Amino acid sequence: MKFGRYGGLFVPETLVQPLLELAGAYEQMKNSDEFHRELKNLLKNFAGRPTPLYYARNLSRELGRKIYLKREDLVHGGAHKLNNTLGQGLVAKRMGKTRLIAETGAGQHGVATAIVGANLGFETQIYMGEVDIERQKMNVYRMQLMGAEVIPVRSGSRTLKDAINEAMRDWASTFEHTHYLLGTAAGAHPFPSMVRDFQSVIGEEARRQISEAEGRLPDSIVACVGGGSNAMGIFAPFLKDRVRLLAVEAGGRGPGKTDKIADNGASLGYGTDGVLHGALTKILQDPYGQILESYSVAAGLDYPGVGPELAYLAETGRVHPRMADDKAAIRGFRALSRFEGIIPALESAHAIGYAMSEPEALGELTIINVSGRGDKDLATVMEYENS
Amino acid sequence: MRILEAFSHSPLLIVYICSGDPSPQATPDLVRRLARAGADIIELGLPHSDPIADGPTIQAAAQRAIAAGMNTDVYFDVASVAGDAVPLIFMGYYNMVYARGLDRFAKDCEDSGISGMIVPDLPPEEAAPLKEACVRHGVDLIFLAAPNTPPARLKMICEETSGFLYLVARKGVTGARSDVLQDTRDLIARVPGGVPKAVGFGISTPEQAADVIRAGADAVIVGSACVDLIAKGEIERLERLVKDMKEAIARAKGKAPIVC
Repeated sequence: MKFGRYGGLFVPETLVQPLLELAGAYEQMKNSDEFHRELKNLLKNFAGRPTPLYYARNLSRELGRKIYLKREDLVHGGAHKLNNTLGQGLVAKRMGKTRLIAETGAGQHGVATAIVGANLGFETQIYMGEVDIERQKMNVYRMQLMGAEVIPVRSGSRTLKDAINEAMRDWASTFEHTHYLLGTAAGAHPFPSMVRDFQSVIGEEARRQISEAEGRLPDSIVACVGGGSNAMGIFAPFLKDRVRLLAVEAGGRGPGKTDKIADNGASLGYGTDGVLHGALTKILQDPYGQILESYSVAAGLDYPGVGPELAYLAETGRVHPRMADDKAAIRGFRALSRFEGIIPALESAHAIGYAMSEPEALGELTIINVSGRGDKDLATVMEYENS
Repeated sequence: MRILEAFSHSPLLIVYICSGDPSPQATPDLVRRLARAGADIIELGLPHSDPIADGPTIQAAAQRAIAAGMNTDVYFDVASVAGDAVPLIFMGYYNMVYARGLDRFAKDCEDSGISGMIVPDLPPEEAAPLKEACVRHGVDLIFLAAPNTPPARLKMICEETSGFLYLVARKGVTGARSDVLQDTRDLIARVPGGVPKAVGFGISTPEQAADVIRAGADAVIVGSACVDLIAKGEIERLERLVKDMKEAIARAKGKAPIVC
């Protein structure tokens, strides 16, 4: 399935069949009432959904407009990631798989996968770049507590992109009993659509909640983008409405790049068309097609690609790519903590930071997706402020 | 065309090396030495930052080659200089091809004497635009089939491939293994007659190479075992391995029943 010219199935032959089987199984389950009942039950009683849509009184006053926060930070595990891992976990169960593998950057998706592994009874192994293991020690320990094995990835830039490479290599020889639980709305078909569908619960709830609270849809929605799962999740149910969709990428240290390293994670903003992890999308690359190492203070946005549907929606003008750099994100992190008593994940803080820097783009009524909570980032922020 | 001609003298030994490892200057000489030692076709890898189909040996070679200055411009220079003792085949990831432009890439292959292309992350479903460019420039686009490729899909891939069919010997990524699996034999047997078959992934010894030929393959592809010897700087051992493999498959073919 493609989104305009983006998307596709650019994978080694060994992985084509497992992906087609997954797509087929998912299509079937999409139409199964029993599957949806089971998922709904887990989302409600285990994950804690629906999450509140909270009117941020103080931040609203500060920015001179009404700002609501979609509180995905309150989902069990501390981020929106569990919406997707529960969905895929149930798919994997029904396909008869006994083992889950996943990649993780900030550790949030790894934790959400470990939760599902423990809860639904899978053997679970998480690929995580050595660099990320170092900056997210608490999440590594959380995964281990729940029975997952964390496998350090030492190849390439030793971050999220290399963890995905390693998980794909693993899956190429273990697909018979293993499900690769990709954490974002990127990669080869069917992952971009499947992950978007499982995350759409965010937008569906937000739509109902804002209608009840305000009697209308918002003027805009702001979400941060790494691969794009929280953004697609909250955007998807609003695609046909007159709502400005603002996708905030990691501006990092700025637009600069060297031969090997981009100073940001802004694939929509600075990237060009290319193939990464199975999909044609916007990627950060050198003129020869070597993938650049990305950079962001937020490990979860430190990715040189983006989901193909977002690349398509950005190109058609339906989604507006924006950027918040490290500084703006830290500012958002502090502001939400101070104004509302909510410590957001550094990833989500990019959305807050952007909203604070361009409040006029938000209109009168906006929803910001707080995709996760910031406990995991305290050490990073302390270090940033001291450097 | 050059590749099909080569297959009329099967069994063939196809050797993969990573272009630019240990240095771009070293590659043309390696190609010539491998050809003298008995390689019938050389697969010249273009290193990529994110080689998802490759195991640790070729990943490491790619990193060394990139660090040594290999890029697509240098790659075609190296290929031009390597000479035409044996047919050369490009092997590399689709993003490298896409970034240069499909037509330009196929034309550069033609101009530098490269007869075919293997793009492991480009299944036939996504390959129509590159296929057109390859046809325009007389370059074979070689597709891969794996043990888990179902029959209908295998038939489609056999129809789409040109030059030969690359049979992936086993699940997983490239890298030396110690055995030849029943899966590999089954896959060879499943390929419809008339399609030249080369088997790669995990073949590292003359015995394995002979097994694969006895099972009905027309060619053996050896990669990681050679890349490993190049990494260690053991070029004479590399030449001996190639010689031994070539002899082993020739003997195996002599003993084998006539297949397709």
